[in-house]
Amino acid sequence: MIPVSYSFRNLWTRRFTTCMTAGGMALVVFVFASVLMLAEGLKKTLIDTGSPDNVIVIRGSAGSEVQSGVERAQAGIVESQPEVAMGSDGSPLLAKELVVLYSLNKRGSDKPANVVIRGIGHQSLALRPQVRLVQGRMPKPGATEIVAGSSIARRFQGGGIGETLRFGMRNWTVVGIFDGGATGFDSEIWGDVDQLMQAFRRPVYSSVIFRLADSSALDRFKERIESDPRLNLDARRETKYYSDQSQAMATFLRILGVALTTIFSLGAMIGAMITMYAAVANRVGEIGALRAIGFQRRSILAAFLLEALFLGLIGGGAGLFLASFMQLVTISTMNWQTFSELAFSFTLTPEICIKSLIFSVVMGFVGGVIPAIRAARMNIVTALRES
Amino acid sequence: MTDAEALSTPSPIVRLRNVSKSYRRGGQIVPVLEEISFDIAEGEFLALMGPSGSGKSTLLNLIAGIDSVDNGAIMVGGVDITTLSESELAAWRGLNVGFIFQFYNLIPVLTAFENVELPLLLTRLSRKERREHVALALRIVGLDDRMDHRPGQLSGGQQQRVAIARAVVSDPTILVADEPTGDLDRKAAEEILHLMDRLNRESGKTIIMVTHDPRAAEKARTIRHLEKGFLNDVPS
Repeated sequence: MIPVSYSFRNLWTRRFTTCMTAGGMALVVFVFASVLMLAEGLKKTLIDTGSPDNVIVIRGSAGSEVQSGVERAQAGIVESQPEVAMGSDGSPLLAKELVVLYSLNKRGSDKPANVVIRGIGHQSLALRPQVRLVQGRMPKPGATEIVAGSSIARRFQGGGIGETLRFGMRNWTVVGIFDGGATGFDSEIWGDVDQLMQAFRRPVYSSVIFRLADSSALDRFKERIESDPRLNLDARRETKYYSDQSQAMATFLRILGVALTTIFSLGAMIGAMITMYAAVANRVGEIGALRAIGFQRRSILAAFLLEALFLGLIGGGAGLFLASFMQLVTISTMNWQTFSELAFSFTLTPEICIKSLIFSVVMGFVGGVIPAIRAARMNIVTALRES
Repeated sequence: MTDAEALSTPSPIVRLRNVSKSYRRGGQIVPVLEEISFDIAEGEFLALMGPSGSGKSTLLNLIAGIDSVDNGAIMVGGVDITTLSESELAAWRGLNVGFIFQFYNLIPVLTAFENVELPLLLTRLSRKERREHVALALRIVGLDDRMDHRPGQLSGGQQQRVAIARAVVSDPTILVADEPTGDLDRKAAEEILHLMDRLNRESGKTIIMVTHDPRAAEKARTIRHLEKGFLNDVPS
């Protein structure tokens, strides 16, 4: 076989052309990787919001907590189930919560966006170990006090500590800021559930969340409550619940990304093809000599194909390098499952790296295969004469 | 020829029998070689001369197995190369033919060492054996101190010497040279011809050279003239 260094050094010799072509591919890979990172970030943020040992109980057929209603009596029945773990204080590790959407204005603009206001119980924080109070204190029971997620405090008017938000015909003072550990809780406002139910005139809870005493007991619990005629409830592991919430948006982003990059990649592949055609045209004499010396057509094909694959890989590596900086960016968008604003970061995973590199190599292959075939099919005498 | 004369004559390494070749140009068939038959003895240094278009390069290409005949047979080292498939022919060339081109045709991105090593990549030699062969070939052409230089860092004469090292490194059956001094100044040309002469006399290499240059042809032991596709002489 022709040495690999032949293919690589030829790219290095034509540094400018290589950079320009690889640059085009890098941009496509950048877009490709960024969109996948966006979908992954959204998914990760929502999935990390849940805990695998927690169970969320909502009304049967309700897609999310926002659409759900769990009556007080029903919540009581759930609370009495043997699968519910006990807290250190001897009370069930369970929280009956209310979730409502409220429209607030973003800082620096009059543009409103929906945020989740969650009424919490005294075990809500214990059920979410990833949530930490970073400033101030938790609301006192019975007081019109709230704590805001760090993303809310940063991006919404009145969300900072000491500031006041008005909803439910009351003024609510922000007494603390919590960090949701890059989960969906960062984009929520928490307050006492009883106060919020009164303020929003809600007679029912939205959901009941509890910790399983035994992680494998979910099926048993699920079967019992779903067959209980008094209840019309659906129980899911919290991780599954949030994963389902991210599904539609993540799929939409992925389809959008693939469609966009497919169109962009056509341009990059044509660029690679032009570069490789030029490479073949400039090295007709070399091809003739290599064939004359005894290298088979398939060796020539492999050498030029390898060059195109290297080109793709360089573009892929550069695009991925650029895309990795997107991890520093946090964006917010509407989560169409809950109709609330959700902030999340671009997340780069090894899977995205591999997918992006495969994508770039495929671009290199498609761009390089026809010129490589042309090189391999070249007549030796003609090639030597043209050199 | 008596039996004694026949025994003392070196056996032919190349045999051409009724070789014809034509090209199609603009819908017309142009004959280039017509019914050529002759032998080249082992250890011969043959110069093929003739005006442009006489068919000498075509004849060289046919003997080297990079072009195909229309009719006739070419035996090289006992193998009728006209019956080989393209893939077999490529493998055969790798083992049996060393090429010296007018414009050297070295790979610019590879060093002198790597250029000379190329034909050996087609063999089963180990890396160490290849290294030894390449070092020897570069020593023969007097460039063992330039093995890490790329073609662009060498003069024309030096590049042609690298090309000769590449041609001989696999110890092929025949060396074919197409105008090997055509791109060189007189001094460099003299050096190349001297080197080819040495390879022929000292190592017994069979060399077939196409040239326009009478001074180059003088170095050959036999000169054959081609004109309009025919051999029009007796070997001199």
